[in-house]
Amino acid sequence: MKPFITTSLRLLLYLILIAPLLLFIAYGFSTRWFFPAPFPAEWTTSTFDRALNDSRTLTGLRDGLTIAVIVSVLSLLLAFPAARVMGLRQFKGQQLAWLLLFLPTVVPPLAIGMGLNILFLQLGLAGTIFGVVLAHLIPTLPYTIFTLSSAFARYDENFEHQALALGASPLQIFVNVTLRMMTPSLVVATLFAFLISWSQYLLTLLIGGGKIITLPILLFAAASGGNPSTIGIKSLLFVLPPVLVIAFTARELTRHGEDIREQY
Amino acid sequence: MLPGVCRPILCRAAGNAIKNAGRRCSPYNPSVLHKVKPSPYLSLAPALTLILVMLGASLLYAIAESLGFISVIGQSDVSFRAYRAALAADSEFWVSLVFSLWVSVTATFLASIFALLVAVWLNNHRAQSDTLALNWNLAFPHLVFAVALLLFLSQSGLFARWAASLGLITSTDQFPVLVRDRYGIGIILHYVGKEIPFLTLIVLAVLRSQPIGYDVVAQNLGANRWQRLRHITVPQVMPALLSGALLVFGFIFSSYEVPAVLGVSYPRALPVLALRFFLDPDLRARSEGMVLSLIITAIVMLVAVVSLRLEKKSD
Repeated sequence: MKPFITTSLRLLLYLILIAPLLLFIAYGFSTRWFFPAPFPAEWTTSTFDRALNDSRTLTGLRDGLTIAVIVSVLSLLLAFPAARVMGLRQFKGQQLAWLLLFLPTVVPPLAIGMGLNILFLQLGLAGTIFGVVLAHLIPTLPYTIFTLSSAFARYDENFEHQALALGASPLQIFVNVTLRMMTPSLVVATLFAFLISWSQYLLTLLIGGGKIITLPILLFAAASGGNPSTIGIKSLLFVLPPVLVIAFTARELTRHGEDIREQY
Repeated sequence: MLPGVCRPILCRAAGNAIKNAGRRCSPYNPSVLHKVKPSPYLSLAPALTLILVMLGASLLYAIAESLGFISVIGQSDVSFRAYRAALAADSEFWVSLVFSLWVSVTATFLASIFALLVAVWLNNHRAQSDTLALNWNLAFPHLVFAVALLLFLSQSGLFARWAASLGLITSTDQFPVLVRDRYGIGIILHYVGKEIPFLTLIVLAVLRSQPIGYDVVAQNLGANRWQRLRHITVPQVMPALLSGALLVFGFIFSSYEVPAVLGVSYPRALPVLALRFFLDPDLRARSEGMVLSLIITAIVMLVAVVSLRLEKKSD
């Protein structure tokens, strides 16, 4: 009896977990689903087709992807050297450095976006992809650095020393030792930087100034007055990359559960 | 973080990183290698400079604008006018402050209680899939989760349809107002659902690092389930849970999208009011928006400092 209750509780939990996806599919791919019908009666792909031919949605997808890819590459490049020294070395002022890196995680994006709004207008960065990328780096950088530095904390530098003693060049050491050993953490850090940028609403709105349209902005607009089918399709498009990423890293998350939990 | 999908999670990472910083033993490190290693400050410089310049600039601009230097229209009328207007006794600020506090405190409290129960339950019923289940909510950014709640719970939403099919209600207005309601129920439901996994992970981490002995001893001495929870588990996890709960509070208190999507126009949450002022066509209102944003930031920072202190103490 007891295992039965446990199993059914778990099944219920999993149902709740995928319920939002089922809901978006039900609304997005049905038509004329009026109150009080409990389930959609007529299925169609017309809303989906319309979204794929809608220039605003396509621009939103393209700009959102471009920004998120640039942000994840840049935050990886900036975070890697910083994470390495934070994870492997001990130096004066390290505690202060941790606190400064901690800052962007608690300062609300609302305050950051509003504060930078005029400055970016003056610098001509408002409404440009580059301006939005710069703003997105603020929330992504700390996360990338924390993920990589806790991986570096478990990293044994002696492998590099050994390669050096065996006559490897710095480039060879970097590619064949450092990068290779850090690959899993690098993948996780990049994916999460991508997700943070992909789902930014406020910073994109306040720095993009209505010129840079991404999916969260379109979805937000649809949520305050669009029809449920459109909302369903836009939600699906928006949530697809995060769902894929989490499902893709699921094996890492379960296999190295304890390690990864440490990183959160 | 994601819009802040991850902000509370980031904060925990920071806490752990700060905790671990002092605990490492240094590897074999012959002096000849120091020549090939760059200074740590040089490696940190690019990332830290970017963060500090952006945060510093945004703070300076926020203060300048709140005091009336508005550079867009070249008007500089330096005064505390915006502060007086925003904090006046009849200002909407007070309504929004009370509303935001109500929503954040209630949601944080409920999420903490549920997280404690779920964590204790999961600790007794281990399964591989739990980690995935607890991380799965990262797949749904706050905006999407809020939209899903809207489609589920609105008066013509899925649950209302099911209720009508079951004959419980006959028209949409008989379904209770659960989202876009005056009391912030929708917003509270959202954050309770979204933050339980995060807090559960925190509690689980503590539970799994504790020796099982106390619980067994208490059981042998005849303590029942409730007594063990009350006198063994809760004191063990309290500092970590409290520290996590404070971060959650700060996050809820300062976030915009969810109260904007799931709230009503009056009373509205503090961040919603702040952005409303900031985007007002009347540029004088911008300063008031900045004042509110500075107040929100100050409160959140204060809470974060207390949380960090607790996290250190829990060690």
